[in-house]
Amino acid sequence: MTRGGGLLKFRLMSKSSNQIYDVVVIGGGHAGAEAAAAAARVGARTVLITHRQDAIGEMSCNPAIGGLAKGQLVKEVDALDGIMGRAADLGGIQFRMLNRSKGPAVRGPRCQADRKLYRNAVQDLLAEQDNLDILEAGVEDITIDDQAQVRSVILEDGSALQVGAVVLTTGTFLRGLIHLGDQTFPAGRIGDPRAVGLAYTLRRLGFATGRLKTGTPPRLDGNTIDWRSLDKQPGDDVPEPFSFLTDRITQRQIDCAITSTTPESHAIINENLDRSPMYSGQIESTGPRYCPSIEDKVVRFADRQRHQIFLEPEGYDDPTVYPNGISTSLPRDVQLAVLKTIPGLEKTRMLQPGYAIEYDFVDPRELNPSLETRRVSGLFLAGQINGTTGYEEAAAQGLMAGVNAAKKVGGSTEPFVLDRAEAYIGVMIDDLVTLGTQEPYRMFTSRAEYRLRLRADNADRRLTERGFEAGCVGNTRIKAFRTKEAKVLRALDLISDLSATPNELSKHGLKINQDGQRRSAKQLLAYPDIDWDGLAGLWPEMATITGKVREQSEIEASYAGYLDRQEADVHAFRKDEALQIDDDLDYDAILGLSNEVRAKLKSVRPTTLGQAARISGVTPSALTLLLAHVRKANSKRSA
Amino acid sequence: MGVADLQDTIYALASGAGRSGVAVIRISGPKSGPALQILIDADLPTPRMAALKRLRHPEDGEILDDALVLWFPGPASFTGEDVVELHVHGGLAVVDGVLAALSSIEGLRLAEPGEFTRRAFENAKLDLTQVEGLADLIEAETDAQRKQALRQSEGELGRLYDGWRNSLIRSLAHFEAELDFSDEELPEDLHLAVVDGVRNLRDAVQSHLSDGRQGERLRDGVRLAIIGPPNAGKSSLMNTLAQREAAIVSDVAGTTRDVVEVHLNLGGYPLLVADTAGLRETGDSIEQEGVRRAKRWAEAADIKLAVFDGEALPVLDHTTREMLEQDTVVAMNKSDAQASDFPEVIDGHKVWPLSVKSGSGLDALLEQLTHMVAMRCRTTSEGPAPTRARHREALVRTVAALDRFLERDNPDHLGAELEAEDLRLAARELGRITGRVDVEDLLDVIFRDFCIGK
Repeated sequence: MTRGGGLLKFRLMSKSSNQIYDVVVIGGGHAGAEAAAAAARVGARTVLITHRQDAIGEMSCNPAIGGLAKGQLVKEVDALDGIMGRAADLGGIQFRMLNRSKGPAVRGPRCQADRKLYRNAVQDLLAEQDNLDILEAGVEDITIDDQAQVRSVILEDGSALQVGAVVLTTGTFLRGLIHLGDQTFPAGRIGDPRAVGLAYTLRRLGFATGRLKTGTPPRLDGNTIDWRSLDKQPGDDVPEPFSFLTDRITQRQIDCAITSTTPESHAIINENLDRSPMYSGQIESTGPRYCPSIEDKVVRFADRQRHQIFLEPEGYDDPTVYPNGISTSLPRDVQLAVLKTIPGLEKTRMLQPGYAIEYDFVDPRELNPSLETRRVSGLFLAGQINGTTGYEEAAAQGLMAGVNAAKKVGGSTEPFVLDRAEAYIGVMIDDLVTLGTQEPYRMFTSRAEYRLRLRADNADRRLTERGFEAGCVGNTRIKAFRTKEAKVLRALDLISDLSATPNELSKHGLKINQDGQRRSAKQLLAYPDIDWDGLAGLWPEMATITGKVREQSEIEASYAGYLDRQEADVHAFRKDEALQIDDDLDYDAILGLSNEVRAKLKSVRPTTLGQAARISGVTPSALTLLLAHVRKANSKRSA
Repeated sequence: MGVADLQDTIYALASGAGRSGVAVIRISGPKSGPALQILIDADLPTPRMAALKRLRHPEDGEILDDALVLWFPGPASFTGEDVVELHVHGGLAVVDGVLAALSSIEGLRLAEPGEFTRRAFENAKLDLTQVEGLADLIEAETDAQRKQALRQSEGELGRLYDGWRNSLIRSLAHFEAELDFSDEELPEDLHLAVVDGVRNLRDAVQSHLSDGRQGERLRDGVRLAIIGPPNAGKSSLMNTLAQREAAIVSDVAGTTRDVVEVHLNLGGYPLLVADTAGLRETGDSIEQEGVRRAKRWAEAADIKLAVFDGEALPVLDHTTREMLEQDTVVAMNKSDAQASDFPEVIDGHKVWPLSVKSGSGLDALLEQLTHMVAMRCRTTSEGPAPTRARHREALVRTVAALDRFLERDNPDHLGAELEAEDLRLAARELGRITGRVDVEDLLDVIFRDFCIGK
């Protein structure tokens, strides 16, 4: 079996020119790790450059992977043979399926991870990867030639690496500025230097940039927390793995604990608001609405007597605890005073204060859906640099950028782009490159129009073959997938073939409207009170189907009606997506467009007619003109 | 399911709105042929040959019109798809009736602006210059729609729709919060509040719909003031107008001391009629104030209809004559009392003879008024009738989606994602009238109402 991307042609590496790489990935966070692994899987000779090799895969913020919508992203990354899901399975110490009681489409797998185990797992997976080198160095600059094509990456010692493509994943390191009370200091993450040279590179190249803000809570010494007085939050009895390749989780599972702020905490915060950089005006950039600091919560929801805090251990043998819910940039002494008013934390020692960080990001409307910049050929951006937040959002972009960088260097002219009807990854990237973002962008299931299709359980059915075609899915995974898929298809055939009349069903205790209509097992599974076990009593052959295959078939059947109805919508959506618009289209040559619409189209440069329609203010008539123009251009070319 | 089946079948009034002699309704898509068969209850006519057929409503068999129908099987058609053209009599009631009948046929929906052109172009039926010309039309259309929406948004109807939209956004946002932020601290009674909100909204939309065409409140219509001396028959005329099928009373907004306003739908156009009953000389100071207001109303009106008393001839009311303007319509009521010798012209205005009592002359006067109202409504090539049909269709689908939500709802939240799907569908349908509901609208509400974020 050969890899789907085998047609790509990478230049031969000669021993003498070992400084030539097809793809250089700058940054070792979640986007960088995924980008490097993906580019290497596609077959590109890849190097990942990072300040600190031992910090690759570091969870800089909370020690958790997945969650609502984010869990779907992890599953998609995994379905494309990425590393995040497998690393989380190796590093996870508490697994929970969020929304378990609700339907499969909105379930989100999540785990608390041991920071060290997770980081090690990422580093091990990268070490196993063929075609991939890791280089510990700082990057000063990126050079381009007169065709605006990336040429080389300049390291801080002045040496240069010749490159085919660059994936830039610098997270919060671009002109990062930490705020702690009235103190500010430049850093990329607490304890790490920021990247200044690259920030200037991006400005020199003319990229539109903005400033965003995010925050993190203080870290606590778990040995000084009174755990016994607190409510425990256990994980699921049977931890469910992220990766389609993981059979089961073997690590010991731990509990988290829950506490909350008190009216005394709120009083201290209120008294010291003038010392918070958010309120003193020291920070002007936009923070995320869904991740407010504790000072924000106290001010905006003044009637609340308490705010919940989850105490999340950062590892088995790491005493550090992450108090999820009290992100803050108040001064150190105020943070300490607040902690003392929280049940269970009265005597806690603060290992590191919370802080806010401001950083540069590039307006993602500078990007094509492949995540390549339109300004510089061969330069790809992924992760927080594009205005997103979250490990999962970063990893997903990293993977896509890595695949596309490798494909580009390999001579492919067809970028690997997922659409809004096939993946959360597609929703996210389309949102970013079409609409840009005003605050750190986080994934929510409500962002997906076709949410019922984009589930955690079927990520492999949606994406693994697609990834194989693109060259980023290896043989082990495609084999495993195809074996399972064959069984799922057989199971779906079976339940479509089995059928019974209401009369027959009532003999087995299944109450169905007595209309004489025969119904298939598949149709019956769509009834809320009928499940697989109930039908297996009637049709014993159904009992022989178990595990993931059964779960998958049951979910597909339960959604069949809704999914069929959505099919027409998806078809209409895809039709507009199929209409490609050239990146270099001259919008000035289209007669009849209003100046406002013309300016918007020029700034986003949509790649499809569908994308153009999603830009706010683009009218039906403008779309008609655009369509007409594109059709004419295409027919000329083919003539 | 084949690709062809996935393509919707669309229909719309292809000729301009208003009282043209003939109106053309076009249907395009795979279900056009079956739709025509349903309407005419017969086999398809010979392709590209006009045939006279009786159109009936598919549900109650009511006769809609005797129309010329044309059947163009694709690809030899305007859009390249199967196309049906119905040439019906141009009255808005007929057009409305046929559009309503089409909307009741499964798989058919009203076309979006520009959609026929788009399909024609996609099927290589139009060249670029043709499209550019048509695009101007669509631009005008959508621009007028935007202006119209703007106007409406200031009126009662706009406020009503905005209220619904906000209510649905709130319900949907709160419901979505339970899906997207279930690991946060949310109020426990959230679900109940959502269900209550949805039920109220559903009932409100449904009762608006069951008001039917007659009940649609049309605010901000053309303002028509009926002026004239006491006892000329102004009030009777107004009542008669209000009771006629062509001009349907929808709402009596309230009786002030001086001016009675009635909302009418005159031939499909919104009309606000005021009977300025207080136009009389009086010594009473309170009533003087009333007269002042009535005059002010009349001066601000778009159209004035002066009604003289035929029984008082040859005397013509002096106050009323003073108020005549160039485009004032002048009617002589009680014209049956003195059939021969009343003036054909008063102060340069053609006089419309009228008898409110017997009904003679009423049709001609109405036609004249409709014409004038239409002239003043002609800001859009897509008249109010199809706009309302479009609204009605979207509202019907909104109610259907809300009904499915309520039917599925259960205390255990089973299938909450499917409930959410129906709320999302409802938001999309309502959004067709009130403006799109974006995910940002939902997130705004969620982050405003709940303390989200760990």
